Amino acid sequence: MAGLEHYLILSGIIFSIGLVGALTKRNIITILMSVELMFNAVNIAFIAMTRFVTPTLLTGHIFVLFIITVAAGNLALGLAIVIAIFRNRESVDITTAASMKG
Amino acid sequence: MPEFASWLIFLLPLLSFVLIVGLRPFVGAEWRGAGVITIVSILAAFALALTALAATIGNDAHDLGYRPHDWLTIGPLVIRVGLVMDSLTAVMVVVVTGVSLLVQIYSTEYMRGDKGYVRYFAYMSLFTASMLGLVMASNLVFLYMFWELVGLSSYLLIGFWGQGKAAEEHPRAGDAAKKAFIVTRLGDVGFLAAIVWAYVATGTLEIAEIHAMVAAGAFAGVGVTWLALGIFAGAVGKSGQFPLHVWLPDAMEGPTPVSALIHAATMVAAGVFLVARLFPIFEASEGAMTTVAWIGGGTAIFAASMALVSNDIKRVLAYSTISQLGYMMLALGMGAVGPAIFHLVVHAFFKALLFMGAGSVHHTAHTYDMRFMGGLRRPMPWTFATMLVAGVALIGVFPLSGFWSKDSVLHAASINGLIGGAEALYWIAVLAAGLTGFYVFRMLFMTFAGEYRGGAEAEATAESGAAAGPPPRRRLHESPWIMVAPLAVLAVPVLFAGLADLPWDLFGFGAFAMTGFLTGHVETFSTSVAAVSSAAGALGIVVAYSMYVQGLLSPSVLGQRLRPLHTLLVNRYYLDHLYEGVVVRHVLIRVLGLTAEVIEGQFIERAVNGVALIGRNVGRIPVAMQNGQVQAYGAMISIGIVLILAGFWIWG
Repeated sequence: MAGLEHYLILSGIIFSIGLVGALTKRNIITILMSVELMFNAVNIAFIAMTRFVTPTLLTGHIFVLFIITVAAGNLALGLAIVIAIFRNRESVDITTAASMKG
Repeated sequence: MPEFASWLIFLLPLLSFVLIVGLRPFVGAEWRGAGVITIVSILAAFALALTALAATIGNDAHDLGYRPHDWLTIGPLVIRVGLVMDSLTAVMVVVVTGVSLLVQIYSTEYMRGDKGYVRYFAYMSLFTASMLGLVMASNLVFLYMFWELVGLSSYLLIGFWGQGKAAEEHPRAGDAAKKAFIVTRLGDVGFLAAIVWAYVATGTLEIAEIHAMVAAGAFAGVGVTWLALGIFAGAVGKSGQFPLHVWLPDAMEGPTPVSALIHAATMVAAGVFLVARLFPIFEASEGAMTTVAWIGGGTAIFAASMALVSNDIKRVLAYSTISQLGYMMLALGMGAVGPAIFHLVVHAFFKALLFMGAGSVHHTAHTYDMRFMGGLRRPMPWTFATMLVAGVALIGVFPLSGFWSKDSVLHAASINGLIGGAEALYWIAVLAAGLTGFYVFRMLFMTFAGEYRGGAEAEATAESGAAAGPPPRRRLHESPWIMVAPLAVLAVPVLFAGLADLPWDLFGFGAFAMTGFLTGHVETFSTSVAAVSSAAGALGIVVAYSMYVQGLLSPSVLGQRLRPLHTLLVNRYYLDHLYEGVVVRHVLIRVLGLTAEVIEGQFIERAVNGVALIGRNVGRIPVAMQNGQVQAYGAMISIGIVLILAGFWIWG
């Protein structure tokens, strides 16, 4: 039987994979996908906590629904920026987009 | 006399200075009005000064008793400004304004056509204002302020010809000004330290309060001696006493009326005045009195000996001034304030006259070198007559003013056994009186007797080394009346000022009226002292006559015979060499300069560069971090969060 800690460990692993991907990948599309992984890791943690800690309340579920909605909006915005960058630079390599450095 | 009128005495010349400086942009550099403004303001100050003197004489306490005003209040420290108008100040303001007035009148002619005419009168007004403030100040800070202002205006006036086109004719003026400023500043350091010490020791800066504490014995012992010696250091610098006398002969580079006013009559007397003003402090310390007397007596003979061989008429007078100031210090050291100030006053008259006479001679001969003068008695009868009167008074011949003042000084030296070596000092002073007789008449004979020796043209020929042809004859003439008139006016007090301090009551205002007025102490007179000093002076005159008129004893032969002594005197005891060659060049430049250079290069510079280097290298780290890669920023944030959480987990 899977307990709370198993869900949280799974959530941590996915979050870490997402974080590492977001920080190390050069392709913006991959980075966006990694960010989605981190969202969903958080979602798993929310659902698990709700299920095991406060089973009578719906706070966690509501939060997760909001996150899914916002993440969708996020992704749409992110992809629009990616397209804009690609049109400008003919590339989706994020290391080239460093014109603001000091 | 209301206090406001006393303030006006020094505010009027100050106003003249401000007015001239303010008008300077709107008038030409040779605007004659500057002289008029100065003369009018000083004339008014002179009138007020005479009123003040009359009021002080009429006052039973001889002190108009003004209260000081609060000026600055900083916590418990209250700095006050105030005037004192007692007998000493009243006499000084009359002398300063009187001599200054005549010098200004003389200057309008002497400085005519000078490119710095307006500037000259601005400085002269500033000087007169500072000097008057100095003699009237009632507390040490106020006094010190004017003391330094006097030094500043002296610097400006010595170096008056030290810039622009005039500097080509007077190449040493700038250096002389710097020398005067720096050398007197050495003494001023002592004075400033004494002021600080006075405040620490007594808690007040009011001169009268310090005097009261010393008189009551509340402030005594070695502290008073140090206070007196510090003050005396300032006096030594300003009054050109040994060993800080070296600036005064060089100060002759300034315009001659400046020498007459500042370096003969007033500023150099400020040191004597200072000691007299703070006399109760000196009186409380036998060590300080002995120092003052010996420095004064030593300077009197030391400077007189250098006057014997100088060929520059102004330098002879400068050494004579130093010597006479030595007499005044000697009298002060002997406790005789009255005779010292009496001699100061009389000396101011005849020495100012002698300097203005030298300027008048220069007006015709265009040189100050007496070797190229001679025979000026006939073309310049007025200058000759007045200078003769002043010279005879300087020697102290009966019955001129100098006789009474010098003999009151010598008499004080002969009776006062309070300090060590008083007997020796008396004979030193008598010997100096003999030397005075010689150098004054040497100067008068070389200038006025015999044949004219060509003036500036002959000097130029001699300097270029060309064959000495017959000098081109220029028409020698008496100076314009506006230059001669001040000489004649000054001759009056030179002749008759002695009447103010006769040993007998001839005019119904008492014997020793002036010294009595100054100190409340009645002097005595000794015929034998007067006879001895007169004999010494007469002997000096006879020797000068036999050498420079009769030719019984050739000066050059005598110089050959006494070659070591002559060389020593001509080189001014090598003191200038010592100061410039050894002290400045070696001690200051080599030792201090090199030490400073090492400290600067090895420590200070390294420390400064090190701090800068640390900043630069530390700065490189955030520069490298800010690389524009958002992912790197994200990584840092993530790592930071992890570290913070780990910290909470471990320590929280």
